[in-house]
Amino acid sequence: MLQNYLPVLIFLAVAAGIGVLLMAMGFLIGSGKKYDEKLSPYECGFEPFEDSRTKFDVRYYLVAILFIIFDLEIAFLFPWAVSLDAVGGFGLIAMGIFLAVLVVGFIYEWKKGALEWD
Amino acid sequence: MTGMIEYLNSIWATVPADYQYLVIVTSQILAVAMTVILTVAFTTYFERKVIGYMQGRLGPNRVGPFGLGQPFADVLKLLIKEVIVPAKSNRFLFIIAPLLAITPALAAWAVIPLSDNFVIADIDAGLLYVLALTSVGVYGVIIAGWATNSKYALLGAMRSGAQIVAYEIAMGFALVGVLMAAGSLNLGDITRAQAGGFSHWFLFPLLPLFLVFFVSGVAETNRAPFDVTEGESEIVAGFHVEYSGVAFAIFFLAEYANIILISTLTSIFFFGGWASFFEGWTFLGEGHFLRQPSFFWLAAKISFFVFVFFWLRATFPRYRYDQIMRLGWKVFIPITIAWIAVEGVMSWLHWGPWSGSAG
Repeated sequence: MLQNYLPVLIFLAVAAGIGVLLMAMGFLIGSGKKYDEKLSPYECGFEPFEDSRTKFDVRYYLVAILFIIFDLEIAFLFPWAVSLDAVGGFGLIAMGIFLAVLVVGFIYEWKKGALEWD
Repeated sequence: MTGMIEYLNSIWATVPADYQYLVIVTSQILAVAMTVILTVAFTTYFERKVIGYMQGRLGPNRVGPFGLGQPFADVLKLLIKEVIVPAKSNRFLFIIAPLLAITPALAAWAVIPLSDNFVIADIDAGLLYVLALTSVGVYGVIIAGWATNSKYALLGAMRSGAQIVAYEIAMGFALVGVLMAAGSLNLGDITRAQAGGFSHWFLFPLLPLFLVFFVSGVAETNRAPFDVTEGESEIVAGFHVEYSGVAFAIFFLAEYANIILISTLTSIFFFGGWASFFEGWTFLGEGHFLRQPSFFWLAAKISFFVFVFFWLRATFPRYRYDQIMRLGWKVFIPITIAWIAVEGVMSWLHWGPWSGSAG
């Protein structure tokens, strides 16, 4: 059973290895002289005014929060969907209540304007 | 020659069984990974040719016959370019970000069933693994944008991250519908649940989910018409604006590997994977090669969906960002939630084609 997961681990290592190998080749083969202008952040020709890690729109944060809620919901739905026949009507009603609660929350977000982007 | 083979066989026989297994698995993995990378190389050529012809141009045609050497020329060029690490950036994160992008894009292929009897890891949580790995890809984007310490990169990473997570929800919900119909998380079993010819593919009973899944896939890979993260006229190149040489090539490789992965997943979930279009068509005769399930059917389906990616890019103008978010949150998520509710009830009552795993 767990032996089936060993190739996955090896594949992850191979994939990371390919990435590391490519990066190493780039640093070894790639040539060029470094100077201050080349190493400065790209800013359309002038000196950057300030550090670029400044405030950004709170809506990105909202999207991240909403994503966590819905992604957890999907994580609950997956095992339910696979065992739909085994859990039967009881499972269906339980998941219906769970989904209904989330849909109410989703409608609230919608009405509050958390999904508006203009 | 035969003596040589016998000699090698005798050496091989002395290797302990555990190591034999490791060697075989690792060589299979390398074969699959190299195939994916080569496919990516020719996919870039394919894209340029397709878009070229759609715009009345020839596309690349100078390097080698029909320009087929172009991808290798590009790889060589990117390899010998300098890798620049900007002075104000966070060096460690800047270098680790491309690795975080490429590793999941390649490693997801571990559970993809390429034919009826070839899959590297035949695990029961295959779909969960694929979904988890495609989620890790967003870390590469966010970390790249943050580590660069450039306004354009940070804005591009923010846009890209928000877009990817928004469409991942729609994608996950669409997959719940597939799971209900197939009754398994194993990608091979999902394909087998669609056996029996063209009319048994999940495409027909799950048509809305197919559309949601594929469009979400296009948005998730940041391809046109959802490519505001690298909107050239607004934020230069988005999160990889400061990446050069091989570091840029790795992001490129990951993006195209993800395109092929989304095409493969669409083929497996909705188009029967390796199953033949002509399965059960008696006029072709018993045992006709077109009726057999094979890797070539999967390859043909993948190629078609990769073509659709490029077709979309040549056809549609770019969406506005608020339109993208509206489509993801206000159209796709309600559609998929409603579809899950309907399919759940019908599957429970054993109505229609959604009889679940009992079928």
